[in-house]
Amino acid sequence: MLILPHINPRLSQLKPLLVLSCLWFLLLSNQSLAGGKILGTPGIAQFEGAGGGGLVPWAQLAGYATADEVGVSGACSHADVRDFRLNTCALQLNFFDRLELSYASHDFDVLPLDLLLEQNIAGVKVRLFGDVVYSTMPQVSLGVQHKTLQTDAVAFALGAEDNSGTDVYLAASKLHLGAVFGYNLLWNVTGRYTEANEAGLLGFGGPQHSAAVQWEGSLAVLLNKHIAVGVEYRQKPDNLGLDEHDWHDVFIAWFPNKHISVTAAYIDLGTIAQVQDQTGWYVSLMGYY
Amino acid sequence: MVIHAELLIKLQRNLQDAVVSANFSRAAYGLWWLVRQSLLPILLVVSLSGCATMSPVAPSELPHKIDSGQQADTLYQRLGGRVVLEQLVDNFVKGIAADKQVLPYFAKSNVTRFRLMFIEHLCEVSDGPCRYQGDSMRDIHTGMHINEADFNRVVELLVIAMEQTKISYPLQNQLLARLAPLRNGIIGI
Repeated sequence: MLILPHINPRLSQLKPLLVLSCLWFLLLSNQSLAGGKILGTPGIAQFEGAGGGGLVPWAQLAGYATADEVGVSGACSHADVRDFRLNTCALQLNFFDRLELSYASHDFDVLPLDLLLEQNIAGVKVRLFGDVVYSTMPQVSLGVQHKTLQTDAVAFALGAEDNSGTDVYLAASKLHLGAVFGYNLLWNVTGRYTEANEAGLLGFGGPQHSAAVQWEGSLAVLLNKHIAVGVEYRQKPDNLGLDEHDWHDVFIAWFPNKHISVTAAYIDLGTIAQVQDQTGWYVSLMGYY
Repeated sequence: MVIHAELLIKLQRNLQDAVVSANFSRAAYGLWWLVRQSLLPILLVVSLSGCATMSPVAPSELPHKIDSGQQADTLYQRLGGRVVLEQLVDNFVKGIAADKQVLPYFAKSNVTRFRLMFIEHLCEVSDGPCRYQGDSMRDIHTGMHINEADFNRVVELLVIAMEQTKISYPLQNQLLARLAPLRNGIIGI
């Protein structure tokens, strides 16, 4: 039933930064490898590569590494709405639950035009303070996502100003043990400064230039220690004046163990480039080590 | 529901064109959407927890009916009182004994005393009729240099022990919520 996400060949075009990080990771790998966190608490990878829900970057760093551990994880996802498809693959490194480096590549199919748009995203996230489960305060992290749209003709034709851009976000997240009739409740709120149109797939900036802080949120309940259900919301700017809509999803995530997770979601992307009613499905497969 | 949401978005948009601050009202709408959508998982949870209370996990439900002369149920009563806490700690001790990662931390412990003190402690934090009279968490764990991963492993062993004791998932979470604040007196000291 699941559509297997195709493995993106462009992941091989890793930037020198990432290669260096991998070397660093290998040097550190005599440290304990990840596995210290409690099942499910790190969430999955969001489609831009950072640890989070499927849609929103969370304050949690990707994977199960704790303060004495390093972790590596990877995820591929497939989103299918009426007139568009997005295939993503992403890799994350987690250093001591303090620093997360991520790299994602996007293949965006514009079905009506039979066109493929490609984008790469390099991300850094730093946990500032807090522990999502144990601190009284929420866990808070600061992140940056640098996006490069390689196929930029469509974006420029629609009025975008740039083919690359940098998002900066601050995320706060907290898990409340037993908060809803004894079930664990997780919330996350993220404020993001961005100029990206449709997350960067239609370039950056535009005639209606309205770069500002956009708000994103997630709410999830753990039905048992392996299954979480929840909702996400992501506000978006409308720099191109194309009635760009905010995004929503309802998801279910399954964490059979600390090495794999499978997530499915119903997504509502609203209007994309004036094409209305873009609703459909999302699946994601993630591996952790 | 989706069409409904779309209509609302459009209405909201029309309104906010007239208003200056676009971002705030959209964020407020998003928040409202989240709350509305989250009714789905919450309803699921309610129906599931309804099932859980009716399920034959009776050991944790029965005893409190016998000795509940008082008003509201305490967590201690809902867990099943002392009998269940004793079973829980016995399972927990067995789990620790079989775990290479955390067993070294317990090498110098007196198992009989640990068992008794942990039962007392669980009884007290779940509002049972006990007063924990052992040493403080900080005194016990100072110098042990317990890291996050090993702490989390002990939490996992406790969860496994609760499962073995047939304590329901919601009650497991509520007990963990009572224990979570103790973490600061346990790790990294």
